[in-house]
Amino acid sequence: MIVRRDDPVLVQGITGKQASFWTEKMLACGTRIVAGSSPGRAGAQVHGVPVFDSAADAAKAHRIAWSVLFTPALATKAAVYDALEAGIRNLVVLAEHLPVHDVMAFVAEANERGARIVGPNTAGVVTPGEAALGIMPGFAENIFAPGRVGVVSRSGSLGTLMCLEIVRAGYGQSAFVGVGGDPVVGTSTAEALAAFERDPGTDAVAVVGEVGGTMEEDAADYAAGMTKPVVAFIAGRTAPPGRRMGHAGAIVSGSRGSGESKVRCLRDAGVRVLDSPSDLGPVLQSLLR
Amino acid sequence: MKLMEYQGKELFRRVGIPVPRGEHASEAKAVGAFIAANPGAWVLKAQVQMGGRGKAGGIKFAESADEGKKIAGDLIGMTLRGIQNPQGELVKSLLVEEKVAIAHEAYASITIDRTAKKPVFIVTAQGGMDIEEVAESHPAAIAKYWVDPAIGFQPFEARRLFYAAKLPAGYGKEWPKIAAAMYRLFFEYGANLVEINPLVLTKDGRVIASDAKVDLDDNALYKHPELLAWASDSPENEDEAKAVEIGLGRSNYARLDGDIGVMANGAGLGMGTMDAIRNAGGKAANFLDVGGGAQAERVRKCYELIVSEPKVRAMFINIFGGITRADQVASGIVEALSGGSLRKVPLVVRLTGTNEKEGRAILSKAGIASVETMDEGAAKAVALAKGAA
Repeated sequence: MIVRRDDPVLVQGITGKQASFWTEKMLACGTRIVAGSSPGRAGAQVHGVPVFDSAADAAKAHRIAWSVLFTPALATKAAVYDALEAGIRNLVVLAEHLPVHDVMAFVAEANERGARIVGPNTAGVVTPGEAALGIMPGFAENIFAPGRVGVVSRSGSLGTLMCLEIVRAGYGQSAFVGVGGDPVVGTSTAEALAAFERDPGTDAVAVVGEVGGTMEEDAADYAAGMTKPVVAFIAGRTAPPGRRMGHAGAIVSGSRGSGESKVRCLRDAGVRVLDSPSDLGPVLQSLLR
Repeated sequence: MKLMEYQGKELFRRVGIPVPRGEHASEAKAVGAFIAANPGAWVLKAQVQMGGRGKAGGIKFAESADEGKKIAGDLIGMTLRGIQNPQGELVKSLLVEEKVAIAHEAYASITIDRTAKKPVFIVTAQGGMDIEEVAESHPAAIAKYWVDPAIGFQPFEARRLFYAAKLPAGYGKEWPKIAAAMYRLFFEYGANLVEINPLVLTKDGRVIASDAKVDLDDNALYKHPELLAWASDSPENEDEAKAVEIGLGRSNYARLDGDIGVMANGAGLGMGTMDAIRNAGGKAANFLDVGGGAQAERVRKCYELIVSEPKVRAMFINIFGGITRADQVASGIVEALSGGSLRKVPLVVRLTGTNEKEGRAILSKAGIASVETMDEGAAKAVALAKGAA
């Protein structure tokens, strides 16, 4: 799930205003965008990128390793199936407010086909100095710099803040993976940890979690067996149970899922849990000395 | 959207899950008239979403029209309080239902297993009590079955669940129909949860859903727009309505019990800001995610929404972004404060993004404190709130 500079990329929904804006930014980060798609817009160009009617058509003309979907919520399920049927193996789904039943269906379909979905409701994935997919400021040098710290985040804003703290402390990122803020996501925090454990370019991993669900508890189980140090910040530790905090996934029901449960599980697994994102720099300095 | 029991049962009827005979009423008079027309023993159930409704006094019995009218008069308009909701929940209406003779109480639900990324059926013969207690004390009594969302629910799966949950034989004939109907409701209405507790076997051999808990996915409501009218009945929806009114997402605003207003861009950052305030010894009055872009007009409306709560004594605006135009955000804040009739509270701002130097200059010119880090901002907001106390 780490995007590389040579990976050919498709942008689905490329003719939209946001997609067009971010296509330019992604290109500026070095991303090799070979095609875009938008129904009925074949033949157009967006920042020099050729547009096709569908992912299927784009995949006939180009080899495509990744697709990043800028589609609106209710058009996303069909666009995911279009990409999967075109044989694309890595999908980044940015849309929020997707019906969770749609997500369960297309994640099951992707699993069946051996494809990976990152998101939905993710800010994207970034490999500083190589490529960026999504709506992260991969071009901002004070936030992203090539380095050896992997970042996994459910939140775009806090993930960006952690990246800033990493650069401020004199380090950089091997990659950023936004897993997304929805209740069901294609790639879990634990799966992202596994990718960084395997990645030879990563020495340590910073995790941004939040209350709700049990992704952080599951990640703690995985982190216990990792060879690389893991640092975590959990947002929403003071959120009252039963209240939804912006992200559809950030709602505490039952004891597992609370901030307390996550912090306890992570600490038991040997993960350094931060009280504030600004503690990240000093902690990295002690871990990576 | 969490549904009230009477709304959940309306959906049960639509998909063919048997429910007790009854009537939904929001006036005591109507309750009396219904019982007068249908003599017998009736249960009066307060329509609230809090847990522990029975213990809080929200379930009563009546055997005559007069008794029913009197109890209904007491219940409607009452605020029920329980351990889980000390603030209480107002009773707006009642469900009047036949009193059934119970032979057995089971539990059945279908919900989303976020880890497995699949729907899961949870069934146990030990119904009528808190499922979390059963899970704690008798984990082996609970049967779970994960449904492949690409295939759907099959009849043999219902039979398998029947045996795994050790449901009494009396449930055997009806259970597969009920399970299939539960899945249909779950799938067709895009639910997060369909729960029946208890699923009653009556002494005369009927199987009836005595309670109904249904939570619908807000993002799937477009499939059944007729249900949107039900939203106004839910206590949580006051905050949601306010958020939608000023152009925010439904869950971007939530009132809390502290005195420091919070405005942040991004749900994660909003939660992080609340936590930072708590770390600094204060308490957030709200969660508010101003969303992407954070234009001047939006910032102003959010400011007004936050200060409309009288308990807010100070505010921390935490805007952090790679591409957010800091100068525009700053202008929005200044504009918000220059509004004539607005209540003003002491304010601290943390602002980063494109043109952040210009943004800070705009703020300092207007006499608004800006800080470098989230922790610093939180500490300052706590001090400001105390100073204003």
